[in-house]
Amino acid sequence: MAAADAYLLEALDVVKRYGGFTANDRVTVKLRPGRIHALLGENGAGKSTLVKIMYGALQPTAGALRWRGRPASIASPAAARRLGIAMVFQHFSLFDALTAVENIALALPGRFDLRSLARRVTAVSAEYGLPLEPGALVADLSVGERQRIEIVRCLLQEPRLLIMDEPTSVLTPQEADQLFLTLRRLAADGCAVLYISHRLEEVRQLCHDATILRRARVVANVDPQAETAASLARLMVGDDVHAVRAAGRARNGAAALTVDRLSLPAPGPFGVALRGVTLAVRAGEVTAIAGVAGNGQSELFEALSGERLSSSPAAVTIAGQPCGTRGVTARRRLGAAFVPEERLGHSAVPGMELADNVLLTRHASDRGLVRGGFIDRPATRSVAKRVTERFDVRVSEVNPQASALSGGNLQKFVVGRELDRKPAVLVIDQPTWGVDAGAAAIIRQVLADLAKDGAAVLMISQDLDEIFEIADRIAVISRGQLSATYPADRIDRERVGLLMAGVRETGA
Amino acid sequence: MTLQLDRRPRPSRVMVAVSPVLAMLLTGVVGGVLFAVRGLAPLPALYVYFVEPVTTLWSIEELIVKATPLVLIGAGLAVCFRANVWNIGAEGQLIAGAVAGAAIPVLATQWASPLALPLMLALGVCGGMAWAAIPALLRNRFGANEILTSLMLVYVAQFLLDWLVRGPWRDPDGFNFPESVELQGFQLLPTLGYSRVHLGGAFALLAVLVLFVFMARALKGFEVRVSGDAPRAGGFGGFSRPRTVWFCLALSGGLAGLAGIGEIAGPVGQLQPSISPGYGFTAIIVAFLGRLNPIGVLLAGVVLAISYLGGEGAQISLGLSDRTAQVFQGTLLFFILACDTLIRYRLRLRLIPAAGAAEETGS
Repeated sequence: MAAADAYLLEALDVVKRYGGFTANDRVTVKLRPGRIHALLGENGAGKSTLVKIMYGALQPTAGALRWRGRPASIASPAAARRLGIAMVFQHFSLFDALTAVENIALALPGRFDLRSLARRVTAVSAEYGLPLEPGALVADLSVGERQRIEIVRCLLQEPRLLIMDEPTSVLTPQEADQLFLTLRRLAADGCAVLYISHRLEEVRQLCHDATILRRARVVANVDPQAETAASLARLMVGDDVHAVRAAGRARNGAAALTVDRLSLPAPGPFGVALRGVTLAVRAGEVTAIAGVAGNGQSELFEALSGERLSSSPAAVTIAGQPCGTRGVTARRRLGAAFVPEERLGHSAVPGMELADNVLLTRHASDRGLVRGGFIDRPATRSVAKRVTERFDVRVSEVNPQASALSGGNLQKFVVGRELDRKPAVLVIDQPTWGVDAGAAAIIRQVLADLAKDGAAVLMISQDLDEIFEIADRIAVISRGQLSATYPADRIDRERVGLLMAGVRETGA
Repeated sequence: MTLQLDRRPRPSRVMVAVSPVLAMLLTGVVGGVLFAVRGLAPLPALYVYFVEPVTTLWSIEELIVKATPLVLIGAGLAVCFRANVWNIGAEGQLIAGAVAGAAIPVLATQWASPLALPLMLALGVCGGMAWAAIPALLRNRFGANEILTSLMLVYVAQFLLDWLVRGPWRDPDGFNFPESVELQGFQLLPTLGYSRVHLGGAFALLAVLVLFVFMARALKGFEVRVSGDAPRAGGFGGFSRPRTVWFCLALSGGLAGLAGIGEIAGPVGQLQPSISPGYGFTAIIVAFLGRLNPIGVLLAGVVLAISYLGGEGAQISLGLSDRTAQVFQGTLLFFILACDTLIRYRLRLRLIPAAGAAEETGS
């Protein structure tokens, strides 16, 4: 009993300051062996900072770390790994052109022998129920399989503490269940797991303990199994996250955006080809496309936005106008608006101020922002100001650079920038990816409201909770092919999950 | 003890301005050391090089003459580089502009019309644009790297010029010297009094002002900046990357062509095998030293013009090779690029050895 009660890693009154900004304010977290410990909090609450301190990537301004009861300073990730701390990052980076085992070998210290390493990989993956073919080329693997490479890489170091940063955000429900089995198995073997997630339901299912951070401080240590998702969310955001109101939407409106047998070759060696995508998005409804990342979502988005053109005009029709061969500006002029997945570098220019980012997508479709070829700065600034105020974008100065905003705030700005135009059609890719719970709730609400006001909303998302929360119709994309569209009340998660995993429909 | 680069949370605005000054100081130090190695007293030699050119009226006039093509080309390149379009071949575009513009005096020698000069200038711009259009076409159609294609076209242009002045365009009354006919008064740019300062200087100032306003206020300038900073966001904004490549190469090529015909219709006065002491290459340094900002380019153009004049002065009074100027210019570019690292990174001296080093030295 004494051994189980001993703490493995303790962060005691950890403070991290950046100039005047405090990212961690006297944070205390205690991890025990054999327990899965959840770290919950909105974006910007200080989770990443704390984890980076534990992993040696950052040094605390004040406070102490204790490893197995003794004071420890973790000077670098290498030092953390020597102690037995391993981490699986949210956005893992693997070399696409190398095999699984080669990628693992690259991350291990010292000399290696690929053949014996492959045997160890096979042994570890069998032991923990992580099917992985060591010789498989990473480019051919799904995101879930790629994540397994990262996990196996960590397991080879026989960690005492495994840190997982939002591991399920890229997985199908089935893949996530498989991951949970692995994590439970690890915990049973005495490994501590620090589990970071936004998904409250899965934290309730999986975790033994939970620490909740809000605005750089620990607000609660709870037993997640004794809480509800709503009570956890309340602790995270500080007040009730209001459920989205989706009632009273017009049904069976006219199709405002139609896609007809859209096929496009893969844009590159690692891209996905679109094969005969057909879809109708009706005015007054939210249509969602579910799917695991990397199944053609971004390719479909670019074909819809006009960043990539189709060969036939009829492939994409907006507001009754065939525009498959016309660019993004022409489609915007037809009343369509687009929000891509990647915020920095795609929907916004990181190094430019918000007013210039307003200009980025609205220079041709808005009157008054550009006069005689010259930018009307007061006009763009006033739009930026209106968007920041209406959509509760929290900024530290007037008109900051886009890169200075946190993920959730920038997403509110980007969505607000498009909604401020009152579009008739909105196509949005991963609306709440990497966005904190508070901002996510606001974004979902405005999407539902936009549809209620008569717009056609197409939402591409990996988040099934989000899809079932606001979608009226659901289709699933898998390997560049789109399923039929189902009314949301006539399809369940199980079926969506199967479609996501590429199980083809029978009959029809 | 190690020297370490730490990434700054955001680019330093102070360093953007300090970096070129620091680079010039370091270039001066390296220059002083080089002079000392050659057995020259460093300070007087640096005086000859950097101060003497601005002490007499004559040399100031000469400074303006040399700064004119540097500023014209540098302003265009500044726009080009902001868009991440790397036109390294302005020297070739300068020659192409000079050749195209000189077609009027060479082929229509007797056409004494007030239209001759404007037509020459227009042809000069077109020649430079056409030469720059080749890398643009290759880039947009075949994805060929414009750094290589534009640079290689410099040598093509140099050989074309060489062939013309030795062959078909050689002055019949020129005693077999490889030169074209000399331009006549109505074909020359008006000068300021009896000095060599010509109308090209006004073109350079105009280009600086227009491009400054263009980059700061025009939608097209915004397009250029977005396309360089975040090409994917540019595409999402409805700006075509190929169109930006065309635009930037045409603009910088046109200005280089104008600089070329300005040299022919100005200080040089005829086509010769060599009509530029590498203005097109030096303008690359001008663009960077000027922070890719047209106003900055104006100042940087003057600095680099001094390095040309100083080189000539050093040749005469110190007996140094005419390559000295190139060494200084190269050193300067090297230090600008090195100092620009400090915009994004902070230099830090670590007294305690890093963890990894401790492990290796520990026994």
